[in-house]
Amino acid sequence: MDKIFRVNMTDLTTKVEEVPAAWAGLGGRGLTSTIVAAEVPATCHALGAQNKLVFAPGLLTGTAAANSGRLSAGAKSPLTGGIKESNAGGTAAQMLAKLGIKALIIEGQPKGGAWYNLSVGLNGVTINEEKELLGLGNFAVIDAVEARLGKKTGVLTIGPAGELKMTAANISVKDPDSKIRSHGRGGLGAVMGSKQIKFISIDGEGAQAVKIADPEKFKAAARVFSKALLDHPVSGEGLPTYGTNVLVNILNEAGGLPTKNFTVGEFAAHDKISGETMHDTIAARGGKVKHGCHAGCIIQCSQVYNDKDGKYITSGFEYETIWGLGADCCIEELDDIARADSLMDDIGIDSIETAVMFGVAMEAGILPFGDGKGVLRMLTEEIAKGTPLGRILGGGAGSVGRAYGVTRVPVVKNQGIPAYDPRSVKGIGITYATSTMGADHTSGYTIATNILNVGGYVDPLKKEGQVELSRNLQIATAAVDSTGMCIFVAFPALDIPECLPALIDMINARFGIALTGDDVTNLGKHILKLERKFNQEAGLTSAHDRLPDFFKTEPVAPHNAVWDFTDAEIDEFWNF
Amino acid sequence: MQITLKLFATFRNGRFKIAEQELPEGTDVRAVVLSLGLTEEEIGIVMINGRHGGLDQALKQNDTLSLFPLVGGG
Repeated sequence: MDKIFRVNMTDLTTKVEEVPAAWAGLGGRGLTSTIVAAEVPATCHALGAQNKLVFAPGLLTGTAAANSGRLSAGAKSPLTGGIKESNAGGTAAQMLAKLGIKALIIEGQPKGGAWYNLSVGLNGVTINEEKELLGLGNFAVIDAVEARLGKKTGVLTIGPAGELKMTAANISVKDPDSKIRSHGRGGLGAVMGSKQIKFISIDGEGAQAVKIADPEKFKAAARVFSKALLDHPVSGEGLPTYGTNVLVNILNEAGGLPTKNFTVGEFAAHDKISGETMHDTIAARGGKVKHGCHAGCIIQCSQVYNDKDGKYITSGFEYETIWGLGADCCIEELDDIARADSLMDDIGIDSIETAVMFGVAMEAGILPFGDGKGVLRMLTEEIAKGTPLGRILGGGAGSVGRAYGVTRVPVVKNQGIPAYDPRSVKGIGITYATSTMGADHTSGYTIATNILNVGGYVDPLKKEGQVELSRNLQIATAAVDSTGMCIFVAFPALDIPECLPALIDMINARFGIALTGDDVTNLGKHILKLERKFNQEAGLTSAHDRLPDFFKTEPVAPHNAVWDFTDAEIDEFWNF
Repeated sequence: MQITLKLFATFRNGRFKIAEQELPEGTDVRAVVLSLGLTEEEIGIVMINGRHGGLDQALKQNDTLSLFPLVGGG
């Protein structure tokens, strides 16, 4: 039977609890958001003793279902002041699921200055004082934990940014190559730092295969599901070949590639940072063009990027990071961006928030646009060391904007707006405005239908259909985020009729239940409403479901588009 | 008439990134696609001057036509 593992950092005790009936049918985002909403006072300080950090594998995690190995992390966000769910690949989710751990809840706060690590295993959690690894970067932590506890140990860790409780700090998850995937957004690394936990190790000893109620039905559905992933041109060919960075050239052509801190929609040097160039560079330097973030991933959108001497620089090198430091900061050298990506992983800071932040910092005059070496220097000399400037930078885009009096600050609910201009791709603007997470493209990825012709087509430059598109995608995403599935399964799910029923069949076969498509939609609606209720209680009202003023007043080239939704039109989103 | 033709992702293999093309007045996108040895089914996204377009759309002097296979990311 699955259990809840609970860790109290105030009195340094741990418990193993039965799963309450109300949580039994939940996993991933559905479970972490439910626990946060039930147990965290919405008005509490996100870095105080009353906040809780919750980890949960998805409903299908640990099974043979393709692409089901994502771990959900949840808490009140110190960045947005609202609820936060952030999911990541790596090895931890599947280990937790196979150990029968439905959720790990970390609550309270140590009274003294000591730091700790947690050891999670089959029979529970132990809390150990940690001295040796404090102040170290994430790569060194992973190496040291493997040396201490064995190569197969799962690791969740924070770098200096998390220890310093910077609101852009993330939580790093060890991947199958002992590199890093991240619970990136919303400052969850600062929450872990506020609990004075440097790392969590996971010992897989005694782990068992996840029980499947109807193995034959599961196997049949899993086969249909895998086939759909491999048959769809996006998940079967585009993503493995070019990674997510294929989007640079597409968004540039569509005039939706935010450039020079969101002042234009095209980047002259787009080809130098594009997915096509990156693919050729990786191949020429002996890297890997495809790579999975967790065992069982058959999409393989990640990659291993080497320097010109064939030496490893980074992996999991994503479009949003490359867009942010590339177009938005006008840095043309892909190698500089790759080195920055690796540094951000090591320091433990969100590469989206930090890239958007550097665009604002450049506008503020802290460093010039295009200064890749300056970004590397500020990451190592200011942010990693926690200098006064480094702490302002480590607070993200909103923090720098406030400190330097910049008004062109692309954030919603204080979270940096990612790689798609909401004026020229209007559906994603509705998602940024209304998402319970703050500006988050993954929570309702309208780019699929606005730009990529997946799931139909809705003209990105017109208002018609955008609210409905974003609503439908946000509902579906909340449900998918509960399964442990990678969100890229949405591409085949939107186009191939057998895909979504196969996903539901797998859940039904796993648990011996009979969910329908409507049940899954209702789950998504329920999660969104639960998260919104938390946000409202925390003081985030519909006045926070808005884009910054400059999107309304500054037309963006080449289409000279502005953000032209009325408040009432945006608020229609919640009419479900 | 003259147009600028841009190709992306796998469409560049054995072809080009960007080329100026001289075409008869009124040539539609489909004719350009077929002239490249591509099939209609392979086309994911058509953009003309940065706006989404269709295979039946007729091209005009100085248009920029961009062709993408069905790709995605995020």
